[in-house]
Amino acid sequence: MYIVDYIKEVASAVKSLATGMKLTGYYFTHPKEIITQEYPDNRATLKMADRFKGEVIMPHDENNEHACTGCTSCELACPNGSIKVITKFEVNAEGKKKKAVDQHIYHLDMCTMCNLCIEACPTDAIKMANTFEHSVPDRNMLIKRLNNNGSKIREGVE
Amino acid sequence: MISFEHITKWLQAWLNAHMSPILVLAVETVLIVILAIALFAVLGLVLVIMERRVAAFMQIRMGPNRVGPWGLLQSTADTVKLIMKESIVPTHADKFLFNLAPFIVMIAAMLILAPVNFAQRFHIWDLNIGILFITSISSISVIGILMGGWASSNKYSLLGAMRSGAQIVSYELSAGLSILTIIVLCGSLKVSDIIASQETGWWIFKGHIPAIVAFVIYLIAVTAETNRAPFDLAEAESELTAGFHSEYSGMRFALFFLAEYINIFIVCAVGATLFLGGWMPFHIGHLQGFNHVMDYIPSSIWFFGKTFFLIFVIMWFRWTFPRLRIDQLLNLEWKYLLPISMVNLLVMTVVAIYHLHF
Repeated sequence: MYIVDYIKEVASAVKSLATGMKLTGYYFTHPKEIITQEYPDNRATLKMADRFKGEVIMPHDENNEHACTGCTSCELACPNGSIKVITKFEVNAEGKKKKAVDQHIYHLDMCTMCNLCIEACPTDAIKMANTFEHSVPDRNMLIKRLNNNGSKIREGVE
Repeated sequence: MISFEHITKWLQAWLNAHMSPILVLAVETVLIVILAIALFAVLGLVLVIMERRVAAFMQIRMGPNRVGPWGLLQSTADTVKLIMKESIVPTHADKFLFNLAPFIVMIAAMLILAPVNFAQRFHIWDLNIGILFITSISSISVIGILMGGWASSNKYSLLGAMRSGAQIVSYELSAGLSILTIIVLCGSLKVSDIIASQETGWWIFKGHIPAIVAFVIYLIAVTAETNRAPFDLAEAESELTAGFHSEYSGMRFALFFLAEYINIFIVCAVGATLFLGGWMPFHIGHLQGFNHVMDYIPSSIWFFGKTFFLIFVIMWFRWTFPRLRIDQLLNLEWKYLLPISMVNLLVMTVVAIYHLHF
């Protein structure tokens, strides 16, 4: 029967509209569901996700030692040339010359947070930090040197 | 207890005692104009902030909450910004029509205010064909929309205006039929008579299922008539860049924007008058104590409470349902709403003839 189908169609349409209105009505009457973060106000308690990729950093331990061997894998992996590794040769205790990192230059202004440098690093010397407040008055300040002053490679990292 | 009725009576007596009748009429006219404009301004500010907050809460957001307490001054700040903005007229626009269009829309909205009863015996002009007056004047605003869309000399504006025309013309039918359903019950087009006929109970309760069906159809039809989502394809920000008013800026845009909210207020006021008893307090049968408590609430609060409840429902629609396509829109009207409201009117006529309602 055509008329029965017609009434069924109207009834199901009304039911589906009511379902939608029930959900928005629930949200309206339950302000606790609000997911908005009032950012500058909650800065002290703000918790960023660990997966969030904000910038590349090179962790240093308490002896000011890092794990970077200066192999330039990250520089080669970077698709837009945001990383420049300047290497030097150090003479170790046995009198042998060994390649080491002099300056690990990182251009935050060009970086697309693609994570390829972190995947390319054989010694896990660099990683992604979840910081995000990168605003600076001069763009030269976005060009960063990742290895600290006077830092050296950790013992046993090849 | 002080009510609007006392204030108007006292004012008229005072004016009559001090002036000639013609001057009294002139002073009262000026007062009404000032009051109407003030009501418009206040309504615009209140409804815009209400809309934004309601929308935010329904979408699990906070909404504007920085300007003033709870963000209540946000719409005031926006208005100040709009007043200071430059009003640009496109080079190829029809200047006269372009400038005239927002005022036509506003004047149409202002005229509908005349027969609305805001409180017990508080109205501008309670003429005997009040509801007919409202329905006929509300069709004028489509002329303003078409005018604005045409004069902008912009394809998006023209498309939006044409859609709006098709939409308003078709949805007026079912809105009119659902209004007729209530007119059949109370047998008068005079707004005060319609309210008086609901003294024993509002029509939505007294009129059985046909009244409820008419109420739902009325709500859907007026949502379409005021060009609001889910029927906002005349504006359709995502496809027509705001439709008929995309070329308008500054205060002219604000007038269109304001007219939309005023129209919502008016259709909700008419809906509250027809279905929810206007300023009539809520009474339950013979519960004398309860009814007396309800009578203590001023009639103006009853009227504005009901109107704002309906406005909230229409906002609820807007922030829940997705926009319809133009063919879906016309299908809904011509294949569903119109046949249903015609059958509904027939049923209601039978109910009214045999006095089957309470």
